[in-house]
Amino acid sequence: MKGEVRELKLTVNGKPYELKVKPNTLLVDILRKHLKLTGTKIGCLDSACGACTVNIDGKAVRSCSVLALQANNREVITIEGVADGDKLHPIQEAMVEHGAIECGFCTPGMVMSARALLAENPSPTREEVREAIQGNLCADEGYVKYIEAIEIAAEKMRGGQ
Amino acid sequence: MADAKLNVGEYSILGKKMPRVDAKAKVTGQAKYAADYEFPNMLWGQIKRSPYAHAKILNIDTSKAEKLPGVMAVTTGKDFNGFKWGWSGPTRDEEPFATTKVRYQYEGVAAVAAIDEATAEEACDLIEVDYEPLPGVFDPFEAMQEGASLVHEDRPGNICVEYHWNFGDVDKAFAESYLVREDTFQTPRMAKGYIEPPAVVAYWPEPDRLVFQGAKGSPYFPYRILARCFNLPLSNVRIIQPFIGSDFGGTKNDMVHCDFAAPMLAKKTGQPVKLVYTQFDELSTCLRRHPMWITIKTGVTKDGILKATYVKAIADGGAYTRMSPLTMFLVGTCMTLPYKLPNFKYDAYNYFTNNPSSAAMRGHGLYHSRFGADVQLDMIAEELGLDPVEIRLKNAIENPKPGEVYETVNEVHVATCGIKECIEKVAEAVNWKKVKGQKKVEGSKAYGMGFAAATYNSGTKLSAHNACAAIIRVCEDGSVNYLTGASDVGQGSDTITCAIAAEVLGIGLEDIDLKRVDTAFTPVDPGSYGSRVTVHAGEAAKKAAEDAKRQLLEVAAQQFGVKPEDVEIKNKQVFVKSNPEKNMPWQRLVRTACYETPGKVIIGRGYSTQGISMYGLADFSKGAGDIGTNYSFTAQASEVEVDVETGVVRCTDNSVIAHDCGFPLNPLAVETQCQGGAYHQGVAAALYEEFKMDKGQTLNPNLIDYKRPRACEAPMTRVEHVITNDPYGPFGAKEASEGSCCTAPPAVINAIYNATGVWIKELPAQPEKVFWALKNKREKGQKQG
Repeated sequence: MKGEVRELKLTVNGKPYELKVKPNTLLVDILRKHLKLTGTKIGCLDSACGACTVNIDGKAVRSCSVLALQANNREVITIEGVADGDKLHPIQEAMVEHGAIECGFCTPGMVMSARALLAENPSPTREEVREAIQGNLCADEGYVKYIEAIEIAAEKMRGGQ
Repeated sequence: MADAKLNVGEYSILGKKMPRVDAKAKVTGQAKYAADYEFPNMLWGQIKRSPYAHAKILNIDTSKAEKLPGVMAVTTGKDFNGFKWGWSGPTRDEEPFATTKVRYQYEGVAAVAAIDEATAEEACDLIEVDYEPLPGVFDPFEAMQEGASLVHEDRPGNICVEYHWNFGDVDKAFAESYLVREDTFQTPRMAKGYIEPPAVVAYWPEPDRLVFQGAKGSPYFPYRILARCFNLPLSNVRIIQPFIGSDFGGTKNDMVHCDFAAPMLAKKTGQPVKLVYTQFDELSTCLRRHPMWITIKTGVTKDGILKATYVKAIADGGAYTRMSPLTMFLVGTCMTLPYKLPNFKYDAYNYFTNNPSSAAMRGHGLYHSRFGADVQLDMIAEELGLDPVEIRLKNAIENPKPGEVYETVNEVHVATCGIKECIEKVAEAVNWKKVKGQKKVEGSKAYGMGFAAATYNSGTKLSAHNACAAIIRVCEDGSVNYLTGASDVGQGSDTITCAIAAEVLGIGLEDIDLKRVDTAFTPVDPGSYGSRVTVHAGEAAKKAAEDAKRQLLEVAAQQFGVKPEDVEIKNKQVFVKSNPEKNMPWQRLVRTACYETPGKVIIGRGYSTQGISMYGLADFSKGAGDIGTNYSFTAQASEVEVDVETGVVRCTDNSVIAHDCGFPLNPLAVETQCQGGAYHQGVAAALYEEFKMDKGQTLNPNLIDYKRPRACEAPMTRVEHVITNDPYGPFGAKEASEGSCCTAPPAVINAIYNATGVWIKELPAQPEKVFWALKNKREKGQKQG
């Protein structure tokens, strides 16, 4: 039935949650409105801009394109869960140092797409980097510094292993 | 890229790559944008919009909506008591909500506040509006017809803006020219393209005090407009600025319906009201770049020296005036740069239509005319058998000697100009001497290189009223608050102004804490437009820091028993210049100043003084004079790959921009700005973006059908710095990057010609257009063959 509340169990940024949600609720609304994790942005709700990208079980997923219930029993990481306390993740560090960030609205989604890429493929080619972030629209920065920052982070992460 | 070469030794911070002051907040998701704010008892608002592009409003019945449980208030245009607003006093032609007539599709007619979004949406559906549809005009050529339906009854002929300028004697010069060419170019109807749609939360902490937190890149526009709208003293309007998800002019400069709806509904309910636009709202109703038809007639000598240019520009202004008077000024004003041009004539016509309003967009105005002019220059070069680089260098204006100023025929004043060096640098970077004349074809792919050059007015100052200020508050522990009215919408100006303050004070960038705009505390500022922030807010920052430093140096001089001019601060050490052994740490100096009798409070103040005061206010109707304080210059070389079977064009990574921004205060930010400006607002216009319209209806109001440039096609553009140290900018700086929005379209179109021999004069060069152009060329060739 439309509107009937269902149980949802998931972990977000390592914390377990048990929520009651309507079946038509989007994952992005759970994150932003219920858990107040507003680092995940809403740009289009059409799965076109990628600003709402999160990681579900390590994969980059646009959180406006999945229902909250589809994340049942899964592990969600949002931008708030990427850094280790005050210590930035190498992807974040490279984006800051390399001047990739302008207005910052697409940045959380960009970080999450890059994080999923490097978890699966530690040595991506430039074309693979481009492909990994092609679902993330940026409006002002031209992608050049983002692409280079992800390559810098990949190299640093490989070196650290 | 190396740090800027000149001057860098003199500075501790400026001219070196610096990460941005707000980057960590943004990369961790901590930076809050307008839609991220929530308040207790907050209501959600929604706009009721007209399905018609042009219709009389006969009646609005809100009774059913008001009775819906959960609805707390409904507002219509009548609540605003005839209030109208506009970009300037004489152009106030827009109501917060249409009361008697709608002039474009989805114009707002009412708004609702309810306990949640779904209820607000349902309530909007229950508002009943009776319309009498009217015939509309949907492009300037329809609008200019005799007897055409009028968008504004008091504006005969649907004329929104009309200018006629004439400098020198173009007719005589055409008669004397060896070659005269006339071509018509068209620029597309484009979205602003930022990802963050408009959003706002407003509340009234007291009945006569308004707080407004909205996605506004020029927060002092709503400050003034809302004060007038709600009859409040400016002191009672508090605009608190969240982080802004980009702004390229227009929508986030001034007002959209939600910016009036939220304060009105909050006033009615006594509760905070939040409205967030969808991307559909943004793309179907918000401001766009003007579509423009530009006819350019140019006369040259046998050697390719420009003698005269006549430009006729026809623009679709949309439903309301907005910034069109400025747009049409900008289309004309820089036609006399970056090339020497002794005779220039300009006729501009901007028409009202029943389309969403047009307005400023990155590269404002110049982008249209520089596109046409720089493509036509390549056409002329070809006819004369000249090289595209050679014809540009021949005509480029020289860098004036220090102390001298180059004046154009329309009285634009340039103190520094690195355009020749820019053109030479890009030609060298792509190895033009070696590769020119070589045809590169691989299978169905043809490759070509294109060049373009442009200027952009920097430090725009439309009136004396456009001054800005800064306040430096030195705290007793040595930390510093920097208060500014300026807005960083992504361009990096917060970092620059903080760096200027730190440089002057002799402390670190990390010691400066920037306070974002809160009109209750920060000084007034015109906002982020016209590439003005670094030049003007930067000057204000410099002066405020110098004022604070002067006060501290007096204390230091007293301590050391020397004169204040004998003391300096560097790297957080205060020392006697002639005897550096005599020194103390910055923190101790500040403590001494604050704690020792009589005890000082160190506040530095500064305001901008450069700009129009030098030569007087530009005359929009005659076209003479500056609105820029100084002028940046850009040259670009771009290689394209054209699939001659499908018409798909792609920019390759062989792409270089050389940019004269005077002095790159943060070379890293200048590079990012140029790469982004060239791609998102330049290549996008050249190859991808265009709203498809059908009688006022936007057919592709989403980011799937409206193609925007993505990472997979992004050229890895390199940026070279050309340093000219402009005397009118802080530390020699001029604007960075708006010029690259103007060089990318002509460079790409020239490259397509270089690859295939077809000219695309109507942007964007989408595959179908290129396919047919190539097919026509082939068939013509076969016939002739």
